[in-house]
Amino acid sequence: MPAKHDHHDHDHDLGGHDDHIAPAEAPPSAHEILERAISALLIEKGVIAEADIQRQINFMASRNPALGAKIVAKAWADPAFKKALVAEPRETLKAHFDIDIGTATELKVIENGPRDHHVVTCTLCSCYPRLILGPPPAWYKSFEYRSRVVAEPRAVLKEFGFEPPRSTAVHVHDSTADLRYLIIPRRPKGTDGWSEAKLAALVTRDSMIGTAEALEPAAA
Amino acid sequence: MMEPRFKVGDPVAVARRGHDGHHRAPFYLKGRAGEVAEVIGAFRNPEQLAYHKPGLPKCFLYLVRFRQSDLWKAYDGPAADVLTAEIYEHWLEPAQSRG
Repeated sequence: MPAKHDHHDHDHDLGGHDDHIAPAEAPPSAHEILERAISALLIEKGVIAEADIQRQINFMASRNPALGAKIVAKAWADPAFKKALVAEPRETLKAHFDIDIGTATELKVIENGPRDHHVVTCTLCSCYPRLILGPPPAWYKSFEYRSRVVAEPRAVLKEFGFEPPRSTAVHVHDSTADLRYLIIPRRPKGTDGWSEAKLAALVTRDSMIGTAEALEPAAA
Repeated sequence: MMEPRFKVGDPVAVARRGHDGHHRAPFYLKGRAGEVAEVIGAFRNPEQLAYHKPGLPKCFLYLVRFRQSDLWKAYDGPAADVLTAEIYEHWLEPAQSRG
């Protein structure tokens, strides 16, 4: 069966393999066969070791929205950190969280506010800040989300349970090339003096994509 | 190092042309006008990287901001609603300023 071109060929973030694994009873896809052949060759020729692959899989599996939530909570609690994070995300994440963004892509950090609400998509594939949020949710990669959020963002946000007022400009960011986005959601009211750990519990994955707001204190 | 052709605030349009192979200019933006919101920097050309070529020289990448009402005739949100996308320099053309 010929390989179906699935537009994932330029999803060059690390660790994009987890979502291509088919059930054990299905015959391997063309991509899996290719991946196995290349791994076997690289190992046989001594370029990498099996342990390197496992280490990288473990590293990517350790990335999840909890890491992003810690970053956002610190930004809420520490204005100087937030300023640095927005101005120089690469240096700031390295210094405070030992996160190495690498050289392939740039990270852009944007803060949501009452005047401007930002929401992120990737119409061409599923570009996503995996290093900070882990693998993207299935809906983020769906054709429906990608095609609709650019054309009718307010209708899509409403389906996620969030209706920005018309006095708020909605900014859709189509992550088409070398930028990845992290959204800092608005800090909920009634959280003055909260610790970073307590604040982090309010920061959901969706709020860092921009399809939702952070949780209200009562809901956490 | 070459200088970027466009600067922040410049009116630009995405070229309305096809491309045989991998590229990063989304179809729905082709022929649409917006303005440069940011000069992101120079990156290897994905149209070559996708085929295991070096992608050099690097090309300038811009953050281009479009008004939603310029993209979709039926857009019914506020006029301030916008969309940004990253577009490589060779997909951008100078456009008329709309003031």
